[in-house]
Amino acid sequence: MTDMKRRDPAPEPVDPDVGADVPASGLWDGQGPVFAVVAAGGALGAVARYGAAVLWPTAGGQFPWTTFLVNVVGCALIGVLMAVVAELRPHTHRLVRPFLGTGVLGGFTTFSTYAMDVRALFVAERYAVAGACLFGTMAAAVLTVWGSASLARYALRERFAAVAEAEGAR
Amino acid sequence: MNWLLVVAGALVGAPARYAADRWITARRRGAFPWGTLSVNVLACLVLGLVTGAALAGAASSHVVALLGTGLCGALSTYSTLSYETLRLAETGAGRLALGNALLSMAAGLGAGCAGVAVATGVWG
Repeated sequence: MTDMKRRDPAPEPVDPDVGADVPASGLWDGQGPVFAVVAAGGALGAVARYGAAVLWPTAGGQFPWTTFLVNVVGCALIGVLMAVVAELRPHTHRLVRPFLGTGVLGGFTTFSTYAMDVRALFVAERYAVAGACLFGTMAAAVLTVWGSASLARYALRERFAAVAEAEGAR
Repeated sequence: MNWLLVVAGALVGAPARYAADRWITARRRGAFPWGTLSVNVLACLVLGLVTGAALAGAASSHVVALLGTGLCGALSTYSTLSYETLRLAETGAGRLALGNALLSMAAGLGAGCAGVAVATGVWG
């Protein structure tokens, strides 16, 4: 780590699901439509994940490529989504991010299946494959979201500046 | 049939993740994403219980589709986890980013193993 304070490259919240500001009181005020689109998006995402597992089943003891790729694709898409939402703000509808990010991508990707895949590989004494799945998925996920967010922000950078300028002028 | 069960599970799992994340985020201090970590670990525990029950012959493929693929799959998320890890690193909290990745892996795996062990003890 460097002592130099790095400049944050994007006006995006840390938590893509609940955003930067969660009120201490009235936590559930006006949240009905958000819950509805999160549920609908989650169902769509989960069906896509289940479809991938049916189309490309992975044999026990093998590297779980289907779950790996589902998660990596989901990480690539959230990076693009968050960059686009930040760039188009305040022009995006408030339900776009909950539907696509929290719902579809949250329902599509899975952490629990990943953890149980790793456990099953350990139990089957496929230690190298288990370690590759455990650390390889995490590394691929973080590198992918970094790459996709960076590319999307780069592509939209001039728009970022224009939006910031317009907001500053208000 | 399994498709509908996956949908039914996800219709509960995804909003449950949002509600838990929102509730925890409103109460925590600091930037560490405890909300996502908590729901991911909880989903691993439940999927461990379901998997253990299925291995013991106490849970059908329908139960696995509803609670495992649908509920736990939608309750847990990798996209939010990786994005939060990226944003922690980008905002200068590199140690929190590394801690988030390592703690998620360790706690998720531990919770999944504990769930299988409990289910095996109950139904095995």
